[in-house]
Amino acid sequence: MKSVLNYFKEIFSALRSLWGGMRVTGSYFLRPGQIVTQKYPENRKQLKMYDAFKGEVSMPHDENNQHKCTGCGICQINCPNGSIEVISKKITTEDGKTERIIDKHIYHLSMCTFCELCIKTCPSDALAWGQDFEHAVFNKSKLTKQLNQAGSTLKKVVKNNTPANDTIKANSNLENKQTNN
Amino acid sequence: MSFSIYDFTSLTQSVDQALKNSLSPTWALIIEMVIVGLIFLMFYALLGLFLVYAERKICAFIQNRLGPNRVGPLGLFQTIADLIKLLMKELIYIKQADKLLFNLAPFIVIIASFMAIAAIPFAKGLHAIDLNIGIFYIMAVSSLGVVGILLAGWSSNSKYSLIGAMRSGAQIISYELSVGLSLLSIVIFSGTMQISGIVESQADAWWIIKGHIPAIIAFLIFLIASTAETNRGPFDLAEAESELTAGFHTEYSGIKFAFFFLAEYMNMFIVAAIATTVFLGGWMPFHIPGLLSFNTVMDYIPPVVWFMGKTAFIIFIMMWFKWTFPRLRIDQLLKLEWKYLLPLNLINILVIAFVVLMGWYLH
Repeated sequence: MKSVLNYFKEIFSALRSLWGGMRVTGSYFLRPGQIVTQKYPENRKQLKMYDAFKGEVSMPHDENNQHKCTGCGICQINCPNGSIEVISKKITTEDGKTERIIDKHIYHLSMCTFCELCIKTCPSDALAWGQDFEHAVFNKSKLTKQLNQAGSTLKKVVKNNTPANDTIKANSNLENKQTNN
Repeated sequence: MSFSIYDFTSLTQSVDQALKNSLSPTWALIIEMVIVGLIFLMFYALLGLFLVYAERKICAFIQNRLGPNRVGPLGLFQTIADLIKLLMKELIYIKQADKLLFNLAPFIVIIASFMAIAAIPFAKGLHAIDLNIGIFYIMAVSSLGVVGILLAGWSSNSKYSLIGAMRSGAQIISYELSVGLSLLSIVIFSGTMQISGIVESQADAWWIIKGHIPAIIAFLIFLIASTAETNRGPFDLAEAESELTAGFHTEYSGIKFAFFFLAEYMNMFIVAAIATTVFLGGWMPFHIPGLLSFNTVMDYIPPVVWFMGKTAFIIFIMMWFKWTFPRLRIDQLLKLEWKYLLPLNLINILVIAFVVLMGWYLH
């Protein structure tokens, strides 16, 4: 007798749970205001991508056409499929020092897998994700881009010279010396 | 009755008379058959296109998307564009396939649904044939489709196709029982197997109202079992695109694939039309016994509109649960049929026979 009761109880609970599912989808059906689809080419002007969106690797430049890339080449070493080429050149500054600066930072979008290793490992935060995603071109060579703009210079990062920082640095220098000895 | 203004019997009879007066009876019959065939072909093409569009739109809204919206207003011409694409595609011949059966299979599936649609009354006097065992005929003919599916799976010489076809066979053999028994329950109520007779018996109220609880149970069982029989919705194991690529029609391409596709949607329409005819009063308008003025207003809505409206409602329910529930496993599918639907159905039939015997339904 109990098994028969359980049998019917099972059927009714199954019906109730099925109806619960159908109520959820039915409510979506009746509320077209919740539609998340964006009509892309029409809303192209006001389209805003999300912060986490990985469009392409870019090098942000400030208003003085300055970037933060020192041309160290760490991004090139870390790139797993060789889509970054850093070409640096040596210049002599006014005070007679020889300095290595970036000549061309070349980025092959056609080979990039968007793994983010270059951006994560950049010691001077010179690279960032760009939001541009309309990459379709008629020629593959157009996918090779130079990230540093023409005539751009290195932004001199102002060193943080607070006294607390200085003492920490001095201490660590001391420790280093001691271990070296 | 006032809905005699929408009676098509005189129209069809006058066409029949005119043909018989000018031609020999054999030729008149052949021409009538050709006319009916052409009308159904047109109907198939238009309805198939519309149902595919409706399915994509409903699925999209349920998933908070927009669905087709580029080709034509509201994307209405999207399926026409798809059809043109399918027509222009290459028909790929499989080297190891059994050529004759491989080419024959889509036609068997389509022919089965063609034969079933012939018995469905769209309005008074608007049906191709009115057999006195109409329900029996529909049940016999609609299960022919599985022969086409089995042939398609076997002749493609592909493991996916064969697994899909065998699943479809197991599924239809099981669920045919439930479909048959739930239709039988209304046969007990109305006392006739003739489809026009079943529709006539619902002139005062539909069976789902007159037959109250047992009829509603039979209706629910019919909905579930017939969805399984058309290989749709949560029961689409025969296709199972995530496991079997496309099941029995994996190897088909171009217009032969389109035939299977069209047959699936037409089978859905036929099943919904049978549910409408048997449970929801067919082309009969909605009547409330006693409210005369309300009933006359309802009578002025054409029966074709009533029929199509009710069918569309059932098709919507079928699409609704297709896009809600996940696909069943084969053991769950068979368990549902043999352990739940069939015993319930048998008890229900007994209850209905008792209810009819005692006269405990509205009449």
